[in-house]
Amino acid sequence: MTLAATAAHLATGPATEAAAGTHGFLSPTGVEIAFLLVGLVTFGAALVTVTTRQLVHAALWLVITLGGLAVEYLLLTAEFIAWVQVLIYVGSVVVLLLFGLMLTRAPIGRSPDADSGNRWAALTVAVAAAAALVWVVVDAFRTTWIDLDGPAAGSTEATGASLFQNWVLPFEALSVLLLAALVGAIVLSRKAKAETATRSGQDTGRDTEGAR
Amino acid sequence: MHLAYPAVLSALLFCTGLYGVLARRNAILVLMSVELMLNAVNLNLVAFDVWLSRTAEETLHSGQALTLFTIAIAAAEIGIGLAIVLAVHRNRGTADIDRLRDTSERHDPDGTGHDARTAEPSDEAQKAEATA
Repeated sequence: MTLAATAAHLATGPATEAAAGTHGFLSPTGVEIAFLLVGLVTFGAALVTVTTRQLVHAALWLVITLGGLAVEYLLLTAEFIAWVQVLIYVGSVVVLLLFGLMLTRAPIGRSPDADSGNRWAALTVAVAAAAALVWVVVDAFRTTWIDLDGPAAGSTEATGASLFQNWVLPFEALSVLLLAALVGAIVLSRKAKAETATRSGQDTGRDTEGAR
Repeated sequence: MHLAYPAVLSALLFCTGLYGVLARRNAILVLMSVELMLNAVNLNLVAFDVWLSRTAEETLHSGQALTLFTIAIAAAEIGIGLAIVLAVHRNRGTADIDRLRDTSERHDPDGTGHDARTAEPSDEAQKAEATA
């Protein structure tokens, strides 16, 4: 983690320095220092994710970003969300992305055309949006403090109780949405295969019709 | 903890994802950047839920419930998105979103380049069909 921190710090020096420098006037507590350090690692890994020219390395830096966010959830006492983040994002989404890179025959090594031609316009838009958002957020929540003492606000008991007392209907609707997404992904993956099967069947002979 | 820490980190992560969505050319890298933006929103939701669960008297823990919903929807989105990208790659032989210009209305400035760009993936598709 420290190696990644130094690497990310070297790669993204001025931006993170500026992000850290805006909070210099506060008197940080231990949790805030830990949050800041993990946040620097997370932000640096995110920057490397969107700027590296090696596609598989982008997915692996995304793992560090998502893991860092899980640690941030733990520091915010939202432990159930943290473990869900580790399970779903690091466990399945990144594996899906790696499978997608593999199936689309992504080049191993540097690909010079990873970035499109409008990267400077994109950089301008992103920096302008970041400056505006950070300015507004810091100005709005300058005197707001999170009280992290006492029982955890996001323990499994609290989250489960609120989820199954107040959020039952959206929860069930979400299960229907997941089923629809599952069926949709299967249909999208099967359709092209069926079309190529019919085309090859027309080329080779009629007897494949009976097999299908 | 000061609320500005998670809020600023969330804003920076969101803008990083924004840059990735605008600047990347491979469709799967664009999906990774979308995941970054969704995670920034999740961090904001969790931070404000932890803040409001102490300051307000009675809350629904709506931030954490919405975070769980967002994570589930992001998982569904990445599955559908990868299925679409794989279908496009299977039909066109490329996952570059700069080359998928079939619905573009610009014919005049780069007519020849446009034809060459559209002709190349169809050749690759024919090759793929011939080998299949």
